[in-house]
Amino acid sequence: MTATIEQLEAPKPEALAAVLVAKTRPPRPSALSASITFGWRAVLKIKHVPEQLFDVTAFPIMMILMFTYLFGGALASSPTEYLQFLLPGIMVTSVVMITMYTGVAVNTDIEKGVFDRFRTLPIWRPAPMVGYILGDLLRYVLASTTIMLVGLVLGYRPAGGFTGVVLAVGVLMAFSFAFSWVWTMFGLLMRSEKSVMGVSMLVLMPLTFLSNVYVNPATMPGWLQAFVNVNPITQLVSAVRGFMSGSADAGALSWTLGYTIAFTVVFGALTMRLYNRK
Amino acid sequence: MLAIETKGLVKVFGKTRAVDGVDLAVPAGTVYGLLGPNGAGKTTTVRLLATLLKPDDGVAEVFGHDVRADPDAVRALVSLTGQYASVDEDLTGTENLILLGRLLGHTGKSARARGEQLLEAFGLTDAKDRQVKNYSGGMRRRLDIAASIFATPQLLFLDEPTTGLDPRSRNQVWDIVRAVVDAGTTVLLTTQYLDEADQLASRIAVIDRGKVIAEGTKGELKASVGVGSIHVRLRDAGQRAEAQQLLTRVLDADIQLDSDPVALTACLGGHATEQAAEALAQLARAGITVDNFSLGQPSLDEVFLALTDKEQAA
Ligand SMILES: Nc1ncnc2c1ncn2[C@@H]1O[C@H](COP(=O)(O)OP(=O)(O)OP(=O)(O)O)[C@@H](O)[C@H]1O
Ligand SMILES: [Mg+2]
Repeated sequence: MTATIEQLEAPKPEALAAVLVAKTRPPRPSALSASITFGWRAVLKIKHVPEQLFDVTAFPIMMILMFTYLFGGALASSPTEYLQFLLPGIMVTSVVMITMYTGVAVNTDIEKGVFDRFRTLPIWRPAPMVGYILGDLLRYVLASTTIMLVGLVLGYRPAGGFTGVVLAVGVLMAFSFAFSWVWTMFGLLMRSEKSVMGVSMLVLMPLTFLSNVYVNPATMPGWLQAFVNVNPITQLVSAVRGFMSGSADAGALSWTLGYTIAFTVVFGALTMRLYNRK
Repeated sequence: MLAIETKGLVKVFGKTRAVDGVDLAVPAGTVYGLLGPNGAGKTTTVRLLATLLKPDDGVAEVFGHDVRADPDAVRALVSLTGQYASVDEDLTGTENLILLGRLLGHTGKSARARGEQLLEAFGLTDAKDRQVKNYSGGMRRRLDIAASIFATPQLLFLDEPTTGLDPRSRNQVWDIVRAVVDAGTTVLLTTQYLDEADQLASRIAVIDRGKVIAEGTKGELKASVGVGSIHVRLRDAGQRAEAQQLLTRVLDADIQLDSDPVALTACLGGHATEQAAEALAQLARAGITVDNFSLGQPSLDEVFLALTDKEQAA
């Protein structure tokens, strides 16, 4: 089929001349519009390779089933009761875990010629990076929704109601957007996709396990509590749990917002430094 | 008016001086050929000029805008078709062009309209909704160039646009390049193929190991190497031996006897035309009748080999 198309179709220099006459350029797009366009590119990629959504649906389902039944009996009187404590934490863990795919995507994409074209366009420089993260937010929403639905089926009942859950997911999205900049940075810094994955695991494992996701930190030794309490994941989980249980945790919320701003500023700046240097 | 002007441009990667003091002056509205073997520094030069790399030394200006001081002004005037596909393989042809149109500030609707026009002009209409990874090499190149002229640029960089293409696709790309220049765009074309530079470029810089080793129009380049030849046909085969003796003396060069019994060919040195005139005059004076003669210009291949040899010897 390719062969016949090749034979039938050839460029038409006259038509080309007509196209080339147009010399006026529209004004350059705003930062927001350029970022959204790159976000649209990420969505198109999902459309063409829908298998990549497997990661954001199957992985969270596995996490919630595994930990509910593994720890449920031991840590609480029943899995259903443990689920009331676990669900917000496991939602945070799953979403934060999949933020690392942003780094992998940046790493596999950046060496391709198409980035050369993006970088020669007169657009807001961070737009391609913001676009990745905007596209990924879609995956985070999908992962959160999946977990929530599975949780409801297993017997999770959020006291905060629908509004509480939406607010909780909103906070989680804001934090994940900020946290993704860590991975865009590593995506640009590392030589291969494998090393990006390696570093991600090294960062994510302690952050998610040394937190209040699975157990109440009150039972931990003092030195560990010190770490757990400043861990951004702990603060995020408390904020999310607060909204879902209908009693907002103002302290955890302000910590989380602080981390959100700090990650965006620090790792956003580092990412752009690396991006401009490439 | 110069489209590109560089002075002492340098880019170093570790120990490799990829671009080592390049001076270029590219007149606007022409195709300028950057000719060199693998690893000569062609891509690096293009990437410096397209603001993808920062020079380590020297200056480079594109239409008077310094690439280092004002990269955004340069980006608004140029576009690049890189050596390796600069289109997104996961997207379709249409999606690639719409993406680009919107990044250039078009609305979704006008991006789509211009995209359709371009796909039609480049003969890609039937393939527009297929992912680019399923395109043939020639189609991919065409889409790549279509993307580069989405907003008609003042200056277009084409980095080895025909490497790996079959002769037919190569001719199509050449036609496209000609149409683009006719529309007033300056093209900087890199190539390893002498006939490509010969076909398209009005001026050529030969680059080897990061340095420009020769520069000029095609004619100047050939003349500078001075390996032209004169080919003479005599009326009478019996006079060939006499003619050979005479030419050896006058031209101080080896004379080849062709398989045709009335023909001889002589190599010419630096002043090819004067030498040829002198040779013909001497033949006439000696009473040897010349039926016809032709001056052969050296091919760019000969030029290239001669230049790189000189470089090696130095
Ligand atoms: N990013 C890089 N890091 C290290 N060395 C590099 C880099 N890019 C290019 N080089 C080196 O610089 C030199 C010039 O490379 P360049 O790609 O500019 O050559 P080229 O003329 O485009 O060659 P080709 O015809 O193979 O495309 C080569 O020796 C190459 O190995
Ligand atoms: Mg190259």
